[in-house]
Amino acid sequence: MAQMTMIQAITDALRVELKNDENVVLFGEDVGKNGGVFRATEGLQDEFGEDRVFDTPLAESGIGGLAIGLATQGFRPVPEIQFFGFVYEVMDSISGQMARMRYRSGNTVNMPITLRSPFGGGVHTPEMHADSLEGLMAQQPGLKVVIPSNPYDAKGLLISAIRDNDPVIYLEHMKLYRSFRDEVPEEEYTIELGKANVKREGTDITLIAYGAMVQASMKAAEELEKNGVSAEVIDLRTIAPLDVETIVESVKKTGRAVVVQEAQRVAGIASQIVAEIQERAILHLEAPVLRVTAPDTVYSFPQAEEVWLPNHKDIVNKANEAMNY
Amino acid sequence: MKRTNEKVAEQFPTFQILNEEGKVVNEEKMPKLSDDEFKDLMTRMVYTRILDQRSIALNRQGRLGFYAPTAGQEASQLGSHFALEKDDYLLPGYRDVPQLIWHGLPLYKAFLWSRGHFAGGQMPEGVHAMVPQIIIGAQYVQTAGVALGMKKRGEKRVAVTYTGDGGTSQGDFYEGMNFAGAFDAPAIFIAQNNRFAISTPVEKQTKAETLAQKAVAAGIEGIQVDGMDVLAVYVATKEARERAINGEGPTLIETLTYRYGPHTMAGDDPTRYRTKDLDSEWEQKDPLVRFRKFLEDKGIWSEEEENEVIERAKEEIKAAIKEADGVPKQKVTDLIGNMYETLPQNLQEQMEEYKAKESK
Ligand SMILES: Cc1ncc(C[n+]2csc(CCOP(=O)(O)OP(=O)(O)O)c2C)c(N)n1
Ligand SMILES: [Mg+2]
Repeated sequence: MAQMTMIQAITDALRVELKNDENVVLFGEDVGKNGGVFRATEGLQDEFGEDRVFDTPLAESGIGGLAIGLATQGFRPVPEIQFFGFVYEVMDSISGQMARMRYRSGNTVNMPITLRSPFGGGVHTPEMHADSLEGLMAQQPGLKVVIPSNPYDAKGLLISAIRDNDPVIYLEHMKLYRSFRDEVPEEEYTIELGKANVKREGTDITLIAYGAMVQASMKAAEELEKNGVSAEVIDLRTIAPLDVETIVESVKKTGRAVVVQEAQRVAGIASQIVAEIQERAILHLEAPVLRVTAPDTVYSFPQAEEVWLPNHKDIVNKANEAMNY
Repeated sequence: MKRTNEKVAEQFPTFQILNEEGKVVNEEKMPKLSDDEFKDLMTRMVYTRILDQRSIALNRQGRLGFYAPTAGQEASQLGSHFALEKDDYLLPGYRDVPQLIWHGLPLYKAFLWSRGHFAGGQMPEGVHAMVPQIIIGAQYVQTAGVALGMKKRGEKRVAVTYTGDGGTSQGDFYEGMNFAGAFDAPAIFIAQNNRFAISTPVEKQTKAETLAQKAVAAGIEGIQVDGMDVLAVYVATKEARERAINGEGPTLIETLTYRYGPHTMAGDDPTRYRTKDLDSEWEQKDPLVRFRKFLEDKGIWSEEEENEVIERAKEEIKAAIKEADGVPKQKVTDLIGNMYETLPQNLQEQMEEYKAKESK
């Protein structure tokens, strides 16, 4: 086992799949010689050649179309969108095309594309770099949306995503890239897409989160513990499809839940989870299911970012609200 | 890569007025500027070089936020801007803050924009410009709209936009030029070819020999200019402006230039993708050195004058930082208030929630 940051675990997963399958190709803006602006593809062009790992001209819609075309020719494309705020430029390729190809072709065409992209707040980027836009993706039938919260999951989930025959949007929270290390096995392993992970067991309340909010929820759970509240923490790992079974099972046990997302409040994943819980477990609930989210503005300009982003204190407060209902 | 379009490229020779030694090589195209105007051009370039150096230092001290270095591109940026009128409308990219400043954006506001403060996006009355664009290419399509608006109103104004060599790969680049062409709208598209889009060399962006020739497919005028020669950039833009307001349609100007610094101050390392040789090859063409020689030969520029500009720039930058520091810190409630003309129910509630948070 090695100690790896999340970015190292991602590079490692890419290397594993480039080795395993000659049809895997990596491309995007600055991913070749430069190894990506975050160095996620560092060294991979040297190791596997320009045929497998290459720079594209600067155009996201071009990158999306290239991925779809290559997929029809039996490749397993792993395109990178440099920052997920630029997704609007490739929206038709994602939602209008790759997500619908299986459906449109009467279930005869695979789109084994894994589109990777950094996102997420707290690192003082300019506008259009940090927004949480996973809700847009999750609303599109035909896509899977994966958001790892730690290095171990990042590797296993990325390998699974690349091997999947449906398009996967794989979102990497920038704040998690280098903020801590984990034990990550050198060998290959997979983590099933669509399965949540119970990170911490508890009996009084369930905290449901993904991405960077998993750490905040774990921290909140520790604080709640000090006040005698036992919190269970669920890391969704995949937000589409959603692991409703794990969520509902936990809430039936605890009777209370707080759903946490870094994204704005309106029409997000948290709303979907709240709906699923009340439809399936209302008689088990001791309190309304509450949400911790960012406010409904465009992602904050850097100078107010720290207040705008939800944090562990907000989660503790909401959990206490549910406990005292 | 084998290039098959030399014939097309031949139609786009590099337009130059001053060579690297500061000698006039194209007397016929020499602009009729007064000595004061020549000196003004130099003043702007010197000032901007200092602003770049100070901005980099301030960023390193954590006193500025996002910053995209400009040294090397002064002739391209300021020569083109010098050909415009106050009423013309600018649609800049993230690196084009100097043009905005010379168009009237106060320096302290440029610093606020860099820090990610909404006040940096509030253009003062009479400054006709968009906030610098982060999404590469978006400004090109919008330019067609701004220009069409001017045409519909019968105004003698132009819309001017900037992007980089990388930006010319975006669909928006073609759509913008094609729309402006189709409407014969008074637009000027400036593609600053500094040879790299972050790490990617222009040779990997396109098989086209020049970027200027991309005007051909849109049916508009195109010209390639020595972007280190401030007079050539000035004249090319001035002529494009004349054509535009005479109803002759848009122009694409490719300026051949170079950025000496990193792509931005957020961790880019140019040594990963550029050689020292290439850097020094371009430093030989430096726009300030060249224009200084020209002015000195004319006997209208001295070291003392240049030092005065440098000192003034330093003073004004210091004062502007102080002014930016004095602007109240941006709050989440400011951002909520800036979302709609009238706040909907969800944001009204959140306004109260964050007011309570902020008063703690
Ligand atoms: C739509 C979009 N894609 C990608 C980026 C990230 N990005 C910022 S600058 C840049 C390179 C731009 O190069 P160029 O157009 O040559 O302009 P330069 O920075 O050299 O002035 C890239 C890829 C972005 N800001 N917007
Ligand atoms: Mg460039």
